[in-house]
Amino acid sequence: MELIFNQGAAGRRGVRLPKCDVRPFTTSDLPASLRRGAPAALPEVSELETVRHYTLLSRLNMGVDTHFYPLGSCTMKYNPKINERMAALPGFANQHPLLSQLRKGGSLCQGSLEVLYETERMLSALMGFAATTLQPMAGANGELTSVMMFAAYHKARGDQRRTVMLIPDAAHGTNPASAAMAGFDCREIASDADGDVDLDALRAALGDDVAGIMLTCPNTLGFFDKHVEKVVELVHQAGGLAYCDGANFNAIVGRVRPGDLGFDAMHVNVHKTFSTPHGGGGPGAGPVGVAEKLVPFLPKSRVVKHADGSYSLAYDYPQSIGYIAPFYGNFGILLRTYTYLTMCGRDGCKRISENAVLNANYIRARLAPYYEQKFTRYCMHECVLSARPQTRFGVHALDIAKALLDAGFHAPTIYFPLIIPEALMIEPTETESKEMLDRFCDAMIDIAKKAESDPEAIKRCPLTMPIGRLDEVSAARQPVLTARPCC
Amino acid sequence: MKYYAETHEWIEVVDGIATMGISTFAAEELGDLTYVEMPAVGKAFAAGAVIGTVESVKAASDIFAPIGGTVSEVNDALAADPALLNQAPEGDGWICRLKDVKEDELKTLLTAEQYQKTIAE
Repeated sequence: MELIFNQGAAGRRGVRLPKCDVRPFTTSDLPASLRRGAPAALPEVSELETVRHYTLLSRLNMGVDTHFYPLGSCTMKYNPKINERMAALPGFANQHPLLSQLRKGGSLCQGSLEVLYETERMLSALMGFAATTLQPMAGANGELTSVMMFAAYHKARGDQRRTVMLIPDAAHGTNPASAAMAGFDCREIASDADGDVDLDALRAALGDDVAGIMLTCPNTLGFFDKHVEKVVELVHQAGGLAYCDGANFNAIVGRVRPGDLGFDAMHVNVHKTFSTPHGGGGPGAGPVGVAEKLVPFLPKSRVVKHADGSYSLAYDYPQSIGYIAPFYGNFGILLRTYTYLTMCGRDGCKRISENAVLNANYIRARLAPYYEQKFTRYCMHECVLSARPQTRFGVHALDIAKALLDAGFHAPTIYFPLIIPEALMIEPTETESKEMLDRFCDAMIDIAKKAESDPEAIKRCPLTMPIGRLDEVSAARQPVLTARPCC
Repeated sequence: MKYYAETHEWIEVVDGIATMGISTFAAEELGDLTYVEMPAVGKAFAAGAVIGTVESVKAASDIFAPIGGTVSEVNDALAADPALLNQAPEGDGWICRLKDVKEDELKTLLTAEQYQKTIAE
């Protein structure tokens, strides 16, 4: 496909701009050092060329609206279209983001403030926490917010020795990054033979230098740690705090409240559990719930409800870790979360986790005879298989992923988690039907059989995609990062 | 004589200078390597400390110092062409050299024979 930069002709326009009704901004308003030497090389195309270009691009894409998308760890559930309709309502969509911060401006955006207040209340109820902030702008931003509150908590108690964050090896990869960003040193805790946190390793790692633990629950192996309460208890006994990475909350929402397990803080990824778009790396939201003892450290501002039923933003929290997002996070995304929660209700939330877990275990059971499973216990929302049996025929997880594309499915996550060799991490989510799960399992079984009878055919896949097998190694070793200009 | 760490690094000390890299097994497990993050020359590391990182199309992995020492040289040819790590992980694909090494710590490592046994498991 041609790049849009290589289409059109000089001077061609797709839109006619209205006459400018304010003083035009000129380059002389800018310092000389910031001025562009030549005009930007923008595409010059007609409306029709633009429409064709992006329509063709969209047809090359695989998304949950076109394909089953069992990308493990990502929770690619269907996003109900009503979310988009609500977010597009002009009363919300056209509101100025500064309005709530202006003097008396809050009275003009009571609806938006109510949405935020109610979303926080619903998430606090689902997570089992005293309060929630909606401000973090992604899951990892929520992790960072949480461990910054841990640091503030220890500091407020005058305990400055706690510089170590414990991270089990089945945690999300962003956990050590967030801890390091907040200034902690990370200490890894091994998994035991069942894929849970090794309690002896945990005991050995605990000490008065430990600020807390970041536990991904359920973990990246798709397991709910059997002794999660013991883990939290041991960390508390050593004076640390316990953080739950709630990226996999979809597996337990409506059934387990991490606050009840003793956790002090957790984040949820609304693009996973609460059906907001994953698109393009953002905008996202990673709300954080906290237990009573961390409430004073929450980021500001906070949404408060007054005795007369009105809402406003409040700023007077002297122990707060401060601002972590402009305005109040990504409001449009939080509005979709509110819509989804309101549509599902409490009972609907229970059915989300029930069906997510059932679907993953159905796939696990059907594929067990064909792919290796290091752990044979029931999984939660995703199952981790290994293509190790197929490596005897020279077929690897990557080849199986490519063959699935030809079969009409998005590939699962491969080579993650790192502790499983040749990992195929499959997460069907609750929104797929049994018929679709069967079609996927049939394809996986066909591929396993073909890997044995005709491995070369699997290694040639994909054959039906717009382009064939990509040379990922050259792309990583000698990346070409700029589009070639057209003229 | 070459020694191996359980974390899949090799190290060999000749006249007080140690050369280290990752094992052939580790290079094969990681697949096609695309990037090597080298330690800074002059920096001292204790045994078990993270001395660098290797990245493949599959994953990124830390490299640990098998014994303590100070980095005296890094393999510039490897930095320019990470594929060397796949072609000759225990030869031209060496990662760095260490001086002031704690040679007595070699005792804590595995011999080639012992290492072969652990990876066969």
